[in-house]
Order: sequence, then C-alpha cells, then structure tokens
Amino acid sequence: MNRITRRTALTGIGAGLTLALPGLVKAQGAAAHVVVVGGGFGGATAARYLRRYNPGLRITLVEPATQFVTCPFSNLYLGGLRTWESITHGYDAIRSEGIGVVHASAEDIDATARKVTLSDGAVLEYDRLVLSPGIDIRWGALEGYDEAAAELAPHAWKAGPQTQLLKAQLEAMADGGTFVMSITDGAFRCPPGPYERASMVAHYLKTNKPKSKILLLDSKETFSKQGLFRQGWEALYGDMIEWISADNDGKVARVDAGALTVESAFGVTHKADVLNVVPPQKAGWIADRAGVTNETGWVPVNGNTFESAQVGGIYVVGDATIAAPMPKSGFCANAQGKVAAAAITADLAGQEPPPASFVNTCYSLIGPDYGISVAGVYYFDGEKLAEREGSGGVSPLEADEAFRRAEATYGAGWYASISADTWGTV
Amino acid sequence: MTPRHKIPPRRLLPALALALLPAAAFADAPDLADAVLAAPCASCHGPDGRSPGAIPSLSGLSEARLVEKLTAFRDAPPPGTTVMTRHMKGYDDAQIAALARYFSEAGQ
Ligand SMILES: Cc1cc2nc3c(=O)[nH]c(=O)nc-3n(C[C@H](O)[C@H](O)[C@H](O)COP(=O)(O)OP(=O)(O)OC[C@H]3O[C@@H](n4cnc5c(N)ncnc54)[C@H](O)[C@@H]3O)c2cc1C
Repeated sequence: MNRITRRTALTGIGAGLTLALPGLVKAQGAAAHVVVVGGGFGGATAARYLRRYNPGLRITLVEPATQFVTCPFSNLYLGGLRTWESITHGYDAIRSEGIGVVHASAEDIDATARKVTLSDGAVLEYDRLVLSPGIDIRWGALEGYDEAAAELAPHAWKAGPQTQLLKAQLEAMADGGTFVMSITDGAFRCPPGPYERASMVAHYLKTNKPKSKILLLDSKETFSKQGLFRQGWEALYGDMIEWISADNDGKVARVDAGALTVESAFGVTHKADVLNVVPPQKAGWIADRAGVTNETGWVPVNGNTFESAQVGGIYVVGDATIAAPMPKSGFCANAQGKVAAAAITADLAGQEPPPASFVNTCYSLIGPDYGISVAGVYYFDGEKLAEREGSGGVSPLEADEAFRRAEATYGAGWYASISADTWGTV
Repeated sequence: MTPRHKIPPRRLLPALALALLPAAAFADAPDLADAVLAAPCASCHGPDGRSPGAIPSLSGLSEARLVEKLTAFRDAPPPGTTVMTRHMKGYDDAQIAALARYFSEAGQ
C-alpha cells in the first residue's frame, strides 16, 4: 500500500469526496466548503495544504489566470538567465488533487451571508474563505503615475505583460542609454526586489550594452541587504549602478511617462531611456470589498491563524497582510498559506489552532554565480508576530566566491522546491 | 499507541484514511502542530522533504542523523554552511527532535 503512486493517491482523494466524510467536517452536516481567492504563492499553497490536512473537504480555488507567472525569478528573465516558460506555472496538478479550480475573478464578498460573487456571475457559498490577492498599485499616489503611464514606464511589479514590456524596452535601448528606476518607500512587495532587478539589468547591459548606466532613485535612506548588494555591484559591474538615497534627493516626486523623465522632491529632473517605476502599493482590491483592510490599505490579521482581525471566517495571507516583521515575500506567503490551512482545519474540527511557525529566506541574484540571502524564523508570541531571537540575518559580507556561488545554486534550488510545494509544478 | 502522524505521510491512501480515522483525527492537535512546525522546510527542501532541485532532500534520513545534522547547523556549523545556521538558531532541542521525527517518517 505504501507503494501506490502519487497519482493513485490523488485519485483516491477525488474518490474520497464522494464517499464518507472525515469526522472533522461532519459537524457541518455536509462537507465544509473552503473558497480560496488567488492562485499565487499564498492561495495555491493554502488550497493544497487544506487538501493535505483534510481529504474530505470541498475546496475551490478562484484565480483568473490559467497560467501564473512568478515575480520571483522574473528579474532573472530580465537579465536573460531564465525563460518565460520556466517562471510560468499551470493549475493541472492542483486540479488533480480534487481541488476545484475556477478561472474567474472574485468581484464581491458578502461576509455575513458567506458568499463570493465571481466575474462569471457564479455565486460560491463558503464556510471559510481564504484571500491571497497579492498587491494592487496605488495609482496616482505618485504624481503622474497612473495606468496609462505604466504602459510607457512599466512597474513590472506583477509578473506578466508588464515584465515583458520592460524586457522589450531594455532590448530596444541603445548602448550608452540610461535605465532609471524609481523606488517607493513604506510597505511594498519584496524589499530586496528592486536591487536584485538592478543587478539583473546590469548583467544584461554589461553583456549586451556595456556603455549603459543604471540610476536608482530611492525614497528610502537604506535598503535590504544594502552592504551585500553594493559590494556585489562593485565587484561585478564597477560603477555602472548609481544609487541615490532619499537624503541625497533620490525620492521621486513626479513622473512624466511620456517624456520618460522624473522629477525629484527638490526639483531635479532625470531623463531615462528606459523608466521603471516601483510604485506605492496596497492590498489587492478584493480585500477592500471583503472589509478586511484598515486605513493603511493593508490587512490586519491574527498572527497565529491569519484570520482577519476585522471579519470572522475570512483568512488572509501573503502580501496583502500586515505581518511585520515578516517581509512581503513569496516564501512568507507560502508559509502563511500553510498556517492558515492548519488553523482552518483545527477550527472546522472545533479545536484550538496549532502554534504558528514560519520561515523566510529571500535569495537575490547579483550575477549568474553570485547569490546572497536574508533569512528569518518567525512565530506568534501571544500578542504579535515576532522573529525568533538569534535566528536569521543576511549572508556574511566577508564570504568567498564559493559561498556566493553556493547561494546562487541554492536560490535556484529554492525556486524548484517552492514551485513544487505551491503549484505541484517544476 | 496511535501513530504520531496521521496527516502528512502523503502515501497513506486517503480513502482508507477516511474510513479508518476516528472523528476529528485530522485535526489531532500535536500532529497538526508538528506538521505546522515542519511545513516551512518544504519551501526549500521540497514537499515532504523531497527536493526536486539543488537543495538536499530531508526525506530518507534517519531521525538520529537529522537530529545530529540540524543540531550541528545550530551549534557547530560544518564548513560550507550558508543559510542553515541562520535558520536553526531559531529552533530549540525539542523542536529539532520534532522536525527530525517528522522528516524521518515523511520519507517512508
Ligand atoms: C521583481 C520581484 C521579485 C521577487 N522575488 C522574490 C523572491 O525571490 N523570493 C520571494 O520569496 N518573493 C519574491 N517576490 C515577492 C513575491 O512575488 C510576492 O511576495 C508573492 O507573490 C506574494 O504572494 P501572494 O499570494 O500574496 O500574491 P500573488 O503571488 O501575487 O498572488 C495573487 C493572486 O491573486 C489573484 N487575484 C487577485 N485578485 C483576485 C480576485 N479578485 N479574484 C481572484 N483572484 C485574484 C491574482 O491574479 C494572483 O494570481 C518578488 C516580487 C517581485 C515584484
């Protein structure tokens, strides 16, 4: 019996749905139904771990895209180190586990009636709801940066056509051109992301257009893994990358996407050949419709379960949440999806949730054989999310080449594993 | 004695599991707690510790070997260690024992 293949086991799960229900959902009279909105890192993981913990549960995953393109490694795609296909994942494996996958968008949520209305008109009733809608851009929060501007000066902060547009612009840029990136402050998806992007653009330019320049205009005074990035940039790219911090007038006050210029807080204008804007962000809009966001635009949660602090029965995971000290990463979204799945499992069985436990590791690639990382181990201390004392931190500054190469290799290993864990894909 | 892991070993035939398990067994608290403790490891080491890529698998290692390795990462990292020390400094001996038990069984 131990020898049955995974596929047989999965068929077994499907068959189980029509047979007896496990004890834990009997209380509901019929199989409880959990609806998961968003098939990215947090949502796909939550759906699969709900299935793992509850073979008899009815689970429906709602995600408009039939193919999910990951932000992780989209910078490597820009750098020419990854193909588009290699960062694209489908939902067949999830379906084969007896999870209903509906390719539609959730348009409205009625938390009192426990109903989700979809873009195709269908209405799903739920016993528990999981939201992992990721981020939305705060259009207009940065003067001049609206949806039309993003067609000229892409953000590429959601992977998809925006990423392909940015790559096409880089490829069309002449040697000797200037790539300008405006970087927001406050809470945003993937704190090291802008600097990994600068690294990967530098790799592309060094290989193809070595006279070009990269100018990073930052609204912050420091950034994630700063010492490591600057050391790596100098080692691999000389003075190609210039970083201007907020205290040196790096903060961009307005964007003129038509002219490909940005103006600093003190009125200095910078002209770009390719302009990339990492703009202010907030939780995906459906979180507003569900009533789970607060005045910050993000979602407060109970850190032990990731249930909304405002609306019962709705669990929110991933970038949409306020989960500091955990960063907004795919790794954290995946970890939170599992914690929510376990908490829902316990809740449906009328039990206390198990103690939450999380890890994060964000690898960044500076060059093909040059990786760095930041890690942390997190738990719920009874009041709030906290980092385990003594754990975590960044790669050492004084590491040798073999260490950087190992972290580049492990970064690729991480991508393979988290893809298998999240979508069941390679 | 009841088996410690009613949930994770994937290969447990689910239909059978449904038939055999008493009410609420899936949410048996200590087991779910171990699964939650172990769950983040999969993000790098693969589902159930079976890695599809460059990071070593955890499944297939004995409980004793896992305790030894995980403790060493924390207290006396072997040469070439990268991120594992930073992780293991977040786990006490009891948690390491639980992780070792979990992954030694998950590999079966
Ligand atoms: C350039 C870049 C590089 C990054 N690199 C890394 C990295 O190396 N490592 C790492 O850990 N993280 C990285 N990240 C961060 C990572 O992408 C996010 O943290 C992660 O995607 C968050 O997961 P999520 O589930 O919250 O959102 P997402 O993964 O974005 O998933 C949200 C999903 O919800 C769907 N959705 C939204 N609204 C609705 C609705 N109304 N109805 C139905 N579906 C809806 C969307 O279509 C989407 O598929 C990077 C990010 C960027 C921008």
